[in-house]
Amino acid sequence: MAEKQIAGKTIEVTDDGFMVKHEQWDREVAAAIAAEEGIELTDDHWKVLEFIDKDFKEKGAVPGIRRMNKVGGISTKELYTLFPDGPVKKAAKIAGYPKPASCV
Amino acid sequence: MSVFYEKSFWNLQNKMKDIVILGAGTAGTIMANRLRKSVDRRSWNIKIIDQNPVHYYQPGFLFMPFGIYSDRDVEKPKRRFIPRDVEYIESSVDRVNAEKSRVMLSNGVEVSYDILIIATGVRTVPDQVEGMMGTDWRNRIFDFYTVDGAAALQEKLKDWRGGRLVMHVSEMPIKCPVAPLEFVFLADSWLSERGLREKTELVYVTPLSGAFTKPIAAGVLGHLLEEKRIKVVNDFNIGNVDNERHRIVSWDDKVVDYDLLVTVPTNMGDAAIERSGLGDEFNFVPTDRHTLQSKQHENIFVIGDATDLPTSKAGSVAHFESEVLGENILSYIKNAPLREEFDGHANCFIESGHGKGFLLDFNYTLEPVPGSFPIPGIGPFGLLKETRINHFGKMAFKWIYWNMLLKGLPLPGITQRMSYAGKKIPVGLAVPESA
Repeated sequence: MAEKQIAGKTIEVTDDGFMVKHEQWDREVAAAIAAEEGIELTDDHWKVLEFIDKDFKEKGAVPGIRRMNKVGGISTKELYTLFPDGPVKKAAKIAGYPKPASCV
Repeated sequence: MSVFYEKSFWNLQNKMKDIVILGAGTAGTIMANRLRKSVDRRSWNIKIIDQNPVHYYQPGFLFMPFGIYSDRDVEKPKRRFIPRDVEYIESSVDRVNAEKSRVMLSNGVEVSYDILIIATGVRTVPDQVEGMMGTDWRNRIFDFYTVDGAAALQEKLKDWRGGRLVMHVSEMPIKCPVAPLEFVFLADSWLSERGLREKTELVYVTPLSGAFTKPIAAGVLGHLLEEKRIKVVNDFNIGNVDNERHRIVSWDDKVVDYDLLVTVPTNMGDAAIERSGLGDEFNFVPTDRHTLQSKQHENIFVIGDATDLPTSKAGSVAHFESEVLGENILSYIKNAPLREEFDGHANCFIESGHGKGFLLDFNYTLEPVPGSFPIPGIGPFGLLKETRINHFGKMAFKWIYWNMLLKGLPLPGITQRMSYAGKKIPVGLAVPESA
């Protein structure tokens, strides 16, 4: 666990840069984390981030690809275009939520 | 017919009510046993519906490919574990009509309920991945999440002479998330004993960011994969299987070649849940994470793998949930408030090969940490620690499962709520809500 300056704020993050306290998150923080990942946020990115936010508050977990497809209406191809490499992991990081994880 | 009318007449006179349990697997069987002891039998019938007459000890499937268990170890008749005064209905379910509180069986018969407990579990759905059921299926592609898959893989491994053995997870969540890791650990051990380890490349492919994703467990266990020379391919979201070239291809065009692919197919809830309109995108039933009541219908409760709860899909979870659900069914009958008691507690052994194992104990808020279990400071089991006694615990669990767990008997020293005693919780770790 570490503290990091993001968008002029002191933010608690895990060793791999995921936010620990979602209440420290805002749109400027999101844009700064995205920039570190080489992503400039557009409306299409925000559609994904807002879905993750809404869904996490409802279900207590970051939605997986199938849920993004079926419930969020975002295709897998679109996800890979917007957030290359690990789309769920990257989008979760920018949305200020934990890394999708298993039990161990 | 006369019996039917007499029974109906009796029911009307006594205003008998019905608890119906869907599914006689681990969770449903435990609930039938618990409720028959606790619910007043003069006013409540209990019925359990399941289409398959065989109860599988599913943790045993892992051992079948390596010839440690055979199908005899993992199969017993379901009826043997259902109390005599619980009505067992052997039938598949077409759908639940939640508005009318009725279960429609596939043969057209309707079973009405006052309280419904959904314990329909999960199943593997390999055809969710394009090409998975192609020409390589059961030739070069196997699973061990079904009894026939595990038995077929055992036959396949008998002829294994070396090559590239790939363990693959299609998508999360899956039942028993540690099982694929245990498979590669046991494979490493099994191959070494047969002099085939040097001739076999072991690869672990996961859609997650690594084989271990929880920081403390990753710190303690992460070295195992390197030590055992298991290559990890992470962030791999499978798009399709190329049967001709024997490779799996990800959405972003990464490829992994295999000689033998052991896959964990997509796990989904029962199709009847989907037909009933009660499920989410995986056919899991949206469930209150602390009371186990369905979020949609107040007379429906959900237990075990059928829920959408953010904890592991595992028998231990069903066991812990059953204590909370047993209490909450009684509260619901009395019109009393439900207890928000379930904490996501899970307890899982991890076989690590060569006669050793790990033990995990965690809940919604606390990830697996080191320590001793169940007696703080004593054990005999070590949490997040590789020991022989953990392995013996896992092997002894088969007896406990058949003789204690399914009957809903308490397991000595193990509480439904996760205990924080005996755990070494690192400073700075998010403080659990109920510690």
